[in-house]
Amino acid sequence: MRPFDYARAGNVAEAGQMAGRFIAGGTNLLDLMKLEVETPDKLVDITRLPLRGIEETDDGGLRIGALVSNADLAADPRIRRDYEVLSRALLAGASGQLRNKATTGGNLLQRTRCSYFYEPSQPCNKREPGSGCGAIGGFNRIHAVLGTSDKCIATHPSDMAVAMRALDAVVETQKVDGSTRAIALGEFYRLPGDTPEIENVLEQGELITAVRLPKPFAGQHRYRKVRDRASYAFALVSVAAVVRMDGGKIAEARLAFGGLAHMPWRDETVEKALIGQEPAMANFDKAADILLAEAKGQGENDFKIPLARRTLKAVLADATKGA
Amino acid sequence: MNKHVMNEAIGETRLDRGTQGVIGQGVDRYEGKLKVSGKAPYAYEHLIGEKVAYGFVVPGPIGRARVKSIDTAKARAMPGVLAVVTGDAIMHSSAQPMGPDVPAMKGEIFHYNQPVALVVAETFETARHASHLVEVDYEPLEGHYEMEGRRETGRASDGGPMAADTKRGDFEKAFAASEVQFDRTYTTPSYHAAAMEPHASVAKWDGDQLTVWSSCQLLDLNVKQIANGVGVDASKVRLLSPYIGGGFGSKLGIGPDAVLAALGAREVGRPVKLALTRQNVFQATSRRGETIQRVRIGATKDGRITCFAHETDTPNAEGEGFFEPSGISTVFLYPGDDRLVTHRVVTTDVLTTSAVRAPGEATGMLATESALDELAEQFGIDPIAFRKLNEPEKDPQEDVPFSSRRLLECIDEGARRFGWADRPSKPATRREGEWLVGYGMASASRANSLMASSAEIEMSADGRATVKTSMTDIGTGTYTILQQIAAEMLGLPLDRVDVLLGDTSLPASSGSGGSWGANSAGSSVFVAAEAIVEEFARRLDVDASTLTLKDGHAIAGNRQIPFSEILKRETLTVTGKIEPGDTSDNTNQASYGAHFAEVAVNVTTGETRVRRLLTVGTAGRILNMKTATSQCYGGQIWGIGYALEEELVVDPRSGLIVNHDLAEYHVPVHADVPKLDVVLLEDRDPYASPLAGKGIGELAIAGVGAAINNAVYNATGIRVYDYPITMDKLLPRLPEEVGAAA
Repeated sequence: MRPFDYARAGNVAEAGQMAGRFIAGGTNLLDLMKLEVETPDKLVDITRLPLRGIEETDDGGLRIGALVSNADLAADPRIRRDYEVLSRALLAGASGQLRNKATTGGNLLQRTRCSYFYEPSQPCNKREPGSGCGAIGGFNRIHAVLGTSDKCIATHPSDMAVAMRALDAVVETQKVDGSTRAIALGEFYRLPGDTPEIENVLEQGELITAVRLPKPFAGQHRYRKVRDRASYAFALVSVAAVVRMDGGKIAEARLAFGGLAHMPWRDETVEKALIGQEPAMANFDKAADILLAEAKGQGENDFKIPLARRTLKAVLADATKGA
Repeated sequence: MNKHVMNEAIGETRLDRGTQGVIGQGVDRYEGKLKVSGKAPYAYEHLIGEKVAYGFVVPGPIGRARVKSIDTAKARAMPGVLAVVTGDAIMHSSAQPMGPDVPAMKGEIFHYNQPVALVVAETFETARHASHLVEVDYEPLEGHYEMEGRRETGRASDGGPMAADTKRGDFEKAFAASEVQFDRTYTTPSYHAAAMEPHASVAKWDGDQLTVWSSCQLLDLNVKQIANGVGVDASKVRLLSPYIGGGFGSKLGIGPDAVLAALGAREVGRPVKLALTRQNVFQATSRRGETIQRVRIGATKDGRITCFAHETDTPNAEGEGFFEPSGISTVFLYPGDDRLVTHRVVTTDVLTTSAVRAPGEATGMLATESALDELAEQFGIDPIAFRKLNEPEKDPQEDVPFSSRRLLECIDEGARRFGWADRPSKPATRREGEWLVGYGMASASRANSLMASSAEIEMSADGRATVKTSMTDIGTGTYTILQQIAAEMLGLPLDRVDVLLGDTSLPASSGSGGSWGANSAGSSVFVAAEAIVEEFARRLDVDASTLTLKDGHAIAGNRQIPFSEILKRETLTVTGKIEPGDTSDNTNQASYGAHFAEVAVNVTTGETRVRRLLTVGTAGRILNMKTATSQCYGGQIWGIGYALEEELVVDPRSGLIVNHDLAEYHVPVHADVPKLDVVLLEDRDPYASPLAGKGIGELAIAGVGAAINNAVYNATGIRVYDYPITMDKLLPRLPEEVGAAA
């Protein structure tokens, strides 16, 4: 760990002006600092900021403070009742100890689990732009099949963010100059392209203050995470789904995917193809065709493509059964 | 010294009489309260409060190279850095358990991220950061990082845990003439022991005397390795390992930490603490080699095995003699007049391979016990009936009798308890919602060995006993069983027996490894206790056989004399020693068992969950039912990992061990482990040791993974030949229809 300065932010307004990396739960950042994959000159501790509340918004949604822990968020009665997919996604992630420590804002910003990113002696365009990609042609079982580039095939590891993507969450931030903005989660992350080191649209010093959820979506909520062991493993494929039926047909389907791409993946053409359809495997297959039309395996992770299809179909079958 | 050589079967002993009633009981661990309250100091936790310095390893991130130069100036210039240790003596990996030699780097990189230097600093954090400031200039050398394409270069090592080749008759001829021929190749990946406690050492010099606290299994060998590595006489070194957070073979030889800490301490003139990081442990200690195993079985049309071959290719580093002995149980477990068991070592420039829990059985039986399942099915015979049909009456290789072999009893008892009769008779026929359900079974065997070991018992004047031996307790329960043996033999309540372990200043012992620890160290305590009883009898002028000892009193005829009276206010100290003898040669000794698994395979995703796991075992006398059962739980959990999850991945382009932490090297977590059942049958093996016990620590991993694989087949109709059984291997052959509706 490289020596760094430490400062504690006393209020939201000054946090961004303190010119350092924000740290809250530190469950990912500290690991990366120990390996010197991350080498901030300064850490700004934001854990004392008043961002731990979950409050109801005027339009019937919820505003989740950036410092709400994953454990508290998953256990909140309103989340459990109205945003079940989010509660389930949170509980599918990490371990009890980590969920106690990890925060909502931090979870959105966690870095990839690519082994080559974690090994400073290996090439990684995300860690060291221009150095190459160790995962391409290497061990890439956990890597992306959608939206990859020849510079990076990493995935975003969050479960929480996948559910939030399905729920049309909005990230609220405050910039260094004190102005605030609201960024739809669908516009928050970036694909790797030629600059995999840039993972989201946040500006230098811009602080996530909250995540806003819209009014609850009716329908069946599902979060299905497929992984190599029953707990404490990152998703190979995950599906967050909110599906509403009407008259035996799919009236609304919100579908987001983890483990497939550099960001929580959502493809509204997949959802549109399902609207008005009967819950039949053939229709689910068509949706999967659309989802995976551009999917590209890297060798070790080829199985993710059929796995994503099967998982999507099973989730849709489950969410539409009995309708 | 009182010595017992195991030349003949043991008769009835005080352990059989059980007057004190403590032997075999599942009593709590002797050191349990210390451990759960954090008061049992592990290696790194010694010298609390002393002025010490901290070490951190500098890794060499290249697969194979010659070191041209190491520039330590920047690191040394950092405030708080005391020294940067470099040089030929830096150990690049753990030492092997076979001898006192240690692998010194001598200017070369032998495997990716091996230690090349040690930074010593005032704080751990300073040392860690300074390790990034050491600049190493390499001349890359050609390296080979996988067996593929090089298998023909495999060598027959004469420095391994068994003979490279074991042959009988003419297998090739017999196989060619067999009515039924079975020929399958299985692969197992590289594995890592991944003990909870990382390899760690604290080294302190006092003049030319060196004291090292380290996490080690075989102290009397390890102290010589440390002396060799540091370049001093072994008589100048004292090694202590009072508590150990798991070893699983990875601490049979010293880790690089012990020598590095000692070199660092010598350089900076104060004690040095060095704990390997988890990444270091994965990359700089040792691992289990991957295997490619060809199993060929010849049989008659009615299902009788007539010949058996098991040929293994496995890697190790240049010059290393150790190999994963996958054929170790094949030698005696299966019948056949014509036999062939071979091992070839393919040289690779990857971290050295060495012993990991049940070397041989843990990988070999993944292959052979899957093979038996498949062959039984080809014959249309139930796997249990097939094993009964092929149960040898004597050691089929050496023609010597089995000391005891109750494999079929274990199988029958397991089948009854498990409900084997409910096994789906055809594969892929039982579905519960989204899950395909299947049963599988496998045999277990683990060769038994007795090692020379000695122990002292000191009877204090007030009639308390203290057992002293350099033996280690790697978490297995050694403290407790030695306390129980001494208490039972001497007729003392448990709370009047103390046990001191893990110190080379104590009588030399077998150490912990190969499941021999309880039998060997326990027998030395038995011998010492017998000598004390003899002395008591002499003082009381009675024949020892007529003397009954209970609750600190000797009962002879109508006399009942407290020990304190016999001891006459003096301390009585005796040493006992056990040595293996003729029974090791004229009988074949092994522990046996049977595993039964029920698994469910998700039809959508191929995720496999073990629902039930039962192991029935026999291992002679069980010294403590609780710790023995706990050992078996551990073996079962390892079996789940080996069947379904664990795989140490090497990038063949660079030699990098890719998944070098516990986030990506998957061992089973709680959610992967169902309720485990272990049944240990009442058993005695009088040829194995004076305790009539046999090794158990490794028995319960042998074959577990195969039982799970066989259950996966029964559930899905899919046979997997390359472990672990991950979803990608099942997906292409799972039914098209997904989800719960079928």
